[in-house]
Amino acid sequence: MPGVSLLNLEFKVNKNDDRSYSKDLVSAGLKQGQITPTELCQKCLSLIKKTKFLNAYITVTEEVALKQAEESEKRYAKGQSLGDLDGIPVAVKDNFSTSGIETTCASNMLKGYIPPYNATVIQKLLDQGALLMGKTNLDEFAMGSGSTDGVFGPVKNPWSYSKQYREKRKPKPHGENDDSDWLVTGGSSGGSAAAVSAFTCFAALGSDTGGSTRNPAAHCGLVGLKPSYGLVSRHGLIPLVNSMDVPGILTRCVDDAAMVLGILAGHDPKDSTTIQDPVKPFLLPSWTDVSKLCIGIPKEYLVPELSSEVQSLWTKAADLFESEGAKVIEVSLPHTSYSIVCYHVLCTSEVASNMARFDGLEYGHRCDINVSTEAMYAATRREGFNDVVRGRILSGNFFLLKKNYENYFIKAQKVRRLIANDFVNVFNSGVDVLLTPTTLSETVPYLEFIKEDNRTRSAQDDIFTQAVNMAGLPAVSVPVALSNQGLPIGLQFIGRVFCDQQLLTVAKWFEKQVQFPIIQLQELMDDYSAISANEKLASVSLKQ
Amino acid sequence: MAAPMLRWGCVGRCWALACVDRGSRHRRWAPNGFTLSGRRGQNSMAPQPVITAQKPRKGEHEWAAVVGLEIHVQISSNSKLFSGSHVHFAAPPNSLVSFFDASLPGTLPVLNRRCVEAAVMTGLALNCRINKKSLFDRKHYFYADLPAGYQITQQRLPIAVNGSLTYGVCVGNKRSQVITKTVRIKQIQLEQDSGKSLHDDLRSQTLIDLNRAGVGLLEVVMEPDMTCGKEAATAVRELQLVLQALGTSQANMAEGQLRVDANISVHHPGEPFGIRTEVKNLNSTRFLAKAIDYEIQRQINELENGGEILNETRSFDSRLGCTVPMRDKEGKQDYRFMPEPNLPPLVLYDATSLPAGADSQQVIDIDYIRERLPELPSMTREKLVQQYGMLPEHSFTLLNEVGLLEFFQNVIKETRAEPKLVTSWVLNTFLGYLKQQSLTVSESPVTPSALAELLTLLDGKVISSLAAKQVFEELWKSKGKTAAQIVSEKKLELMQAREVLAQLCQTVMEGHPQVVMDVKTGNPKAINKLIGLVRKATLSRADPTAIKKILEEKLSS
Repeated sequence: MPGVSLLNLEFKVNKNDDRSYSKDLVSAGLKQGQITPTELCQKCLSLIKKTKFLNAYITVTEEVALKQAEESEKRYAKGQSLGDLDGIPVAVKDNFSTSGIETTCASNMLKGYIPPYNATVIQKLLDQGALLMGKTNLDEFAMGSGSTDGVFGPVKNPWSYSKQYREKRKPKPHGENDDSDWLVTGGSSGGSAAAVSAFTCFAALGSDTGGSTRNPAAHCGLVGLKPSYGLVSRHGLIPLVNSMDVPGILTRCVDDAAMVLGILAGHDPKDSTTIQDPVKPFLLPSWTDVSKLCIGIPKEYLVPELSSEVQSLWTKAADLFESEGAKVIEVSLPHTSYSIVCYHVLCTSEVASNMARFDGLEYGHRCDINVSTEAMYAATRREGFNDVVRGRILSGNFFLLKKNYENYFIKAQKVRRLIANDFVNVFNSGVDVLLTPTTLSETVPYLEFIKEDNRTRSAQDDIFTQAVNMAGLPAVSVPVALSNQGLPIGLQFIGRVFCDQQLLTVAKWFEKQVQFPIIQLQELMDDYSAISANEKLASVSLKQ
Repeated sequence: MAAPMLRWGCVGRCWALACVDRGSRHRRWAPNGFTLSGRRGQNSMAPQPVITAQKPRKGEHEWAAVVGLEIHVQISSNSKLFSGSHVHFAAPPNSLVSFFDASLPGTLPVLNRRCVEAAVMTGLALNCRINKKSLFDRKHYFYADLPAGYQITQQRLPIAVNGSLTYGVCVGNKRSQVITKTVRIKQIQLEQDSGKSLHDDLRSQTLIDLNRAGVGLLEVVMEPDMTCGKEAATAVRELQLVLQALGTSQANMAEGQLRVDANISVHHPGEPFGIRTEVKNLNSTRFLAKAIDYEIQRQINELENGGEILNETRSFDSRLGCTVPMRDKEGKQDYRFMPEPNLPPLVLYDATSLPAGADSQQVIDIDYIRERLPELPSMTREKLVQQYGMLPEHSFTLLNEVGLLEFFQNVIKETRAEPKLVTSWVLNTFLGYLKQQSLTVSESPVTPSALAELLTLLDGKVISSLAAKQVFEELWKSKGKTAAQIVSEKKLELMQAREVLAQLCQTVMEGHPQVVMDVKTGNPKAINKLIGLVRKATLSRADPTAIKKILEEKLSS
């Protein structure tokens, strides 16, 4: 790959990694009593209020969080902390079932729906003493790549208000306070990404079906982990594509993602697709020798649409591994180009099936029409779903028709197998981890984003991420550097199935090398509240 | 032929295969004749008796009918197929509904081991090949009692295939001859039951009860190897017995644990098969037979009058005794089958494939189940014939009547009478009384012990068989009395004292010197008249052989 050397794209290699926002550090602060869970919770709640305009949260569970904080505080007082997550504020995408807390999937269909049970991952977080700050925004039923297509409106990327971006952006004729060029978060887990990025919580759950966790992570300067399919329970995750969905983890550093994964991973008797073998905690070594690694660079991922900045960073990242003694080789995933269309058929087919249950009878929205059951179904579903969801249901049902099944669904399944085999072949050839871009470019302004429809956008934006879901592999997006515009760019590592530990170890080493800058939201905070909140949080963890 | 009242014979066997697409089965069978499987050739070579109409009009063709069955069997299990909800008949509405059963978003199916074992047992008992790997599929249709909008079933690769069920049809004037027939089992698949819709026409609303939603079903698909209602009903009865012997289902049709849909068509022998109809709502074997016979006749009449048969679903009206077109809730549906992504393939093991050190709770071993299969009805009947020397048709009757075999075995256990005597009494006298009063075995006023005692008395020549009949009638009428009590109250004992009997013989001989003379002068048959007279004098309480012996002694002296 040709290397474009731009000064501002140079990695700031710094061996003294004293990144102030790791959850581990906060957790240490909690243990030493420098800050109480209630104080921490209140700080986050106040930040949630200050950043309300980001539209990151659909529901803020203030009372729940404060009550959990109180209980956590009691445990700390007795020296009976439940572990690393005890007292740590987290947020959860609003497509995970939360007992007693409205779960909407950002859809009219589920407005007012209060599940009677917790998703397994939610229960695991709560069992560890985590504080649930709220339910985060998304594209309706997670169908989208911008977090712009939910019934509660689009999510704004905190980086739109960062010092780094504001300094680089061209002055607007309308004046400084013009907000019209705000940026999208990516999606569909954009609410979770914005929530973590704006320091309103320390980790958030997303879901990842075609890149929905990694894409917003890349656009918001976060670590976005998509674990191996079957490693983390889907029970309680309202499905998009059952055979590809995985709960995703969004954090500000790799260690935090690994820690949360350690808590979530493992067999769940309520999800028959989870692995049976016991899972060990994911502890990442602080020093890694990468010289024995073989890093694969898939040549098919070098597409014309790839921005030169991303391409350059990708090259540099490869060079970095090589310079540390790793073997870096070009590999081929020959069926990559069929991935998008294959995904479209499989995704819409499962969507058509999964959405069949929303008929207005047992739960969720029901229309006023009652002339017949059929008329009620039709009106309920028309009122309940947006155009994107209805469009996918329609195409999915078309692909599943008896006359089309063979030509579309079966073929797509075969292509899926070929795509999965591409990865198997590459890994069998001795490659440990693949290194790819996460997205084509940095994020774009909302007004730019909506020039294309949801389908076109999803097809473009999932290009590097979604083959991984077809193959069930683990992948993580790690923020690398800021673009010319001062916006985050992420690169993706793809690991062998169930080798999440190895993947995260490599990601952690890389993270340490690149020293991605902290988002500077002083301007935002000054503008909106005159409080430099992120400094406060940073100071929280720095107390230790 | 099996059913003399019907006018068709068993002919084609290939028509059910005509609709099969990708090795799959669809509820809505396509019209016949557009694809024919290779099986047709095989079967058309077999001798195929054809019965012509009883009153053949000139130029009228013969008709042949073919009947295939789809049988839904509710698995007898504590919990549902994919959820932990309990299974009970007639529980309060919506009291047995888990989040999964109500299709709450995010819930996932978890396969019930017991249901899989029941399917394997049933498959083995029906001589099926058990698939070591089977798959689950979603079958989509919108209906109010199907909360998820799809049913999880096994469309592509069911758990058991290619089996057979052998059943015996009683024929002949006295139904005294048993003809053995076999119906091929195409497949057995595991699937979910739906909920129930309760239509309140008064308030024009529909209420949904999800207690049944998600209960495990075995769908047993029988090839159209049957030719009339009686054959179908007998095959279903045999299946019921097998399921009950296995304990895999209570198979009670009245409670909906066994539901039968019949696919019926008629055609002229040698011609392509006719368009079939499906008859639903058959909740007893009697109605099943009636509905099929009615439908066959209806189709023949329709065709003979120049009409045509529609590929439709009909329901049987048991009051009117006829089938009527149903407003088809499924219509001409495209079920949009899709693999169920939340359930990995169901993998079963046998002794050779069982992984070493496998957790027996995690795996199902087909051989282990095979070795522990209980005795099946065919074996039970064979044993009855061998052990008690009864006729095969008797063994069929004993098993077919609910509770009769157990009753019979209890009598055998408690009586000293010969098995043949017991068989005869149970099948003739006892069953006759039950039938006459339309009672079931469990409703019988006569207990096995009471009958056993009666037969012991009869066997020990304490009473005559005539007296025994009288005692039985008393037992039937007056609950609580023992046979011995009735015998003593009614003075029904046979005269055992030889002197008393000898005295009576003497008196009779003296009173009828002419008859005595006849015997002595060379008409030995005249002794029968004397025996009759003596019996009359004893009020039939003496054993005729004993009387004859005494008379012979006296006459020859």
